[in-house]
Amino acid sequence: MSAIANSIFSPELAARFDKLVTLYPVKRSALVPMLLYAQDEVGYVSEAVIQEIAQRLDLIDLDVRSVLSYYSMLRTKPAGRYNVQVCTNISCMLRGGYEILDHCKQKLGIGHKQTTPDGQFSLEEVECIGDCCAAPAMQVNYDFHDELTPAKVDEILEDYASKKDGR
Amino acid sequence: MPRLVSHPDEAIVLKRRFGQGAASIDKYVELEGYAAVQKAIAQGPDAMQGWIIDTMKASGLRGRGGAGFPTGLKWSFVPKTSAKPKYVLVNGDESEPGTCKDHLIFREDPHTIIEGAMIAGLAIGAKMGFIYLRGEYRYLLQIMERAVADAYARGYLGKNIFGSGLDFDIVTQTGAGAYEVGEESALMESLEGKRGVPRIRPPFPAVVGLYGGPTVINNVETIANVPHILLMGGEAYAKLGTERNGGTRLFGISGHVNRPGVYELPMGYSMRKAIYEVAGGIRDGKQLKAVVPGGSSCPVLRADEIDVGLDFDQMAKAGTMLGSGGIVVLDETVSIVEFALRTIKFYQHESCGWCIPCREGTDWIKKTLTRVYEGGGQKKDIDNVQYLAENMMGRTFCPLGDAAAMPTLGFVKKFRKEFEDYIEGKKAGTPLITVQELVGAEH
Repeated sequence: MSAIANSIFSPELAARFDKLVTLYPVKRSALVPMLLYAQDEVGYVSEAVIQEIAQRLDLIDLDVRSVLSYYSMLRTKPAGRYNVQVCTNISCMLRGGYEILDHCKQKLGIGHKQTTPDGQFSLEEVECIGDCCAAPAMQVNYDFHDELTPAKVDEILEDYASKKDGR
Repeated sequence: MPRLVSHPDEAIVLKRRFGQGAASIDKYVELEGYAAVQKAIAQGPDAMQGWIIDTMKASGLRGRGGAGFPTGLKWSFVPKTSAKPKYVLVNGDESEPGTCKDHLIFREDPHTIIEGAMIAGLAIGAKMGFIYLRGEYRYLLQIMERAVADAYARGYLGKNIFGSGLDFDIVTQTGAGAYEVGEESALMESLEGKRGVPRIRPPFPAVVGLYGGPTVINNVETIANVPHILLMGGEAYAKLGTERNGGTRLFGISGHVNRPGVYELPMGYSMRKAIYEVAGGIRDGKQLKAVVPGGSSCPVLRADEIDVGLDFDQMAKAGTMLGSGGIVVLDETVSIVEFALRTIKFYQHESCGWCIPCREGTDWIKKTLTRVYEGGGQKKDIDNVQYLAENMMGRTFCPLGDAAAMPTLGFVKKFRKEFEDYIEGKKAGTPLITVQELVGAEH
């Protein structure tokens, strides 16, 4: 039984949140992880997510919105089932990061922060993801793919496209 | 994920458990895991804190996040008694472009981070520690969470750790995408559930930190070294490096080299050898043009400036920084104008906007360099960029302003001729990007 009646989250996530807020000296410390985990489940940070998280943390909506707008991984609109994030920062750029980004744009037919019409893929150019020694690198949702070539990107994207289950 | 690499010149301390499955608690214990924290506790309640801090001071370990502050000294600043609880905060928000060393530590040896945090807690009298990972490192967070759960299940964490009568808890935390949060005061804000804007100092975190309590904040690599230092002894660790620069360091060598990777080299190791021998030299038989020596915020070195030892003091003497140990190697094909623009584009994107010199400075440098890059540059643009960068230095709450200004100054001072030639239409290097891609549709 969740601390919140009629939670919009799955019972598992609601239970996780119930526990999470008890771990810190101050409940509010759970805010950033909660937003990210909620996004993982819902697909984005919706109005309902903001309301429930505010309620769980005894915050006003504005506190949640203020934090939400700061972090680059949090989004207020749905992304594709597979969010392709291509790093173009210096180490990746030197080893073809922009070529990989261009290739993804062509392959998926979409640009930065756009989603394919079928909702399967979205694309983002991102800053350094911490995989510099295996550049060029990208993440699809949370999975790392690196030492990329256009041919390898094709394989990776086709592999995701053929998956039935999402995350 | 970065692959494991090795080279005969490596001095292995921190990497000793890499590649051996040490994320499993059984394997970690088999490889002398949790022996260091027990060794500390065995000193007895009266001597323990002094022994840990003296050992850390003797080790010459300096902060591996980039600033190079002596770790033992940092811990000694925490007041003995405090009305508010004390905390240990491990900074795994690794986001400095060119840096992926903590990534490997999380994956290969998560328990050493737990053990290091426990020892830091014992040293300062903290009962609670946080391990903060950047949001992109979700699979590493899961490895870390598993390790923490295993340590609790064995009774290593929680009440009365190893019969000491002392308690220590660890909470893992995820970020959600923000370079700025790697700065220690912004990190605390983020962990308190706020926007990651920096705090003014003083007071320093050792006195007023997380939740207002005295807090020790250390980088993952710094903390991961602690158990090794306690086991081998401070002096033995110090001897591996150079004067005032104890031990070894994880250097992530990336860019135009034949064998990119994270190598553990003794502090003071030759940068030339690191590039030409350890990392296998410049790929495709090209010539070296420049090196960004310690993550993107460090001033660039020209090819003729790399006969320098990789420690904090020698790098400072060479007019740059050791930084995060991320060595980014540029070959002759790179346009410095393009590289400088890509670098400032990053800082402009990441500036949190709290301090005007950083917010406006990064934006105007980006705009000016964009004009140069687009072919509409004027000679005064170079001076303007330099003027902007010089006036950002030291005028912000946190070092992000400096981190943006320093590389910019390095590029325009050391490659001024290339900027001048570029403005006159003589463009060096092979473009990797189009203007549209580099600065986005808004310009």
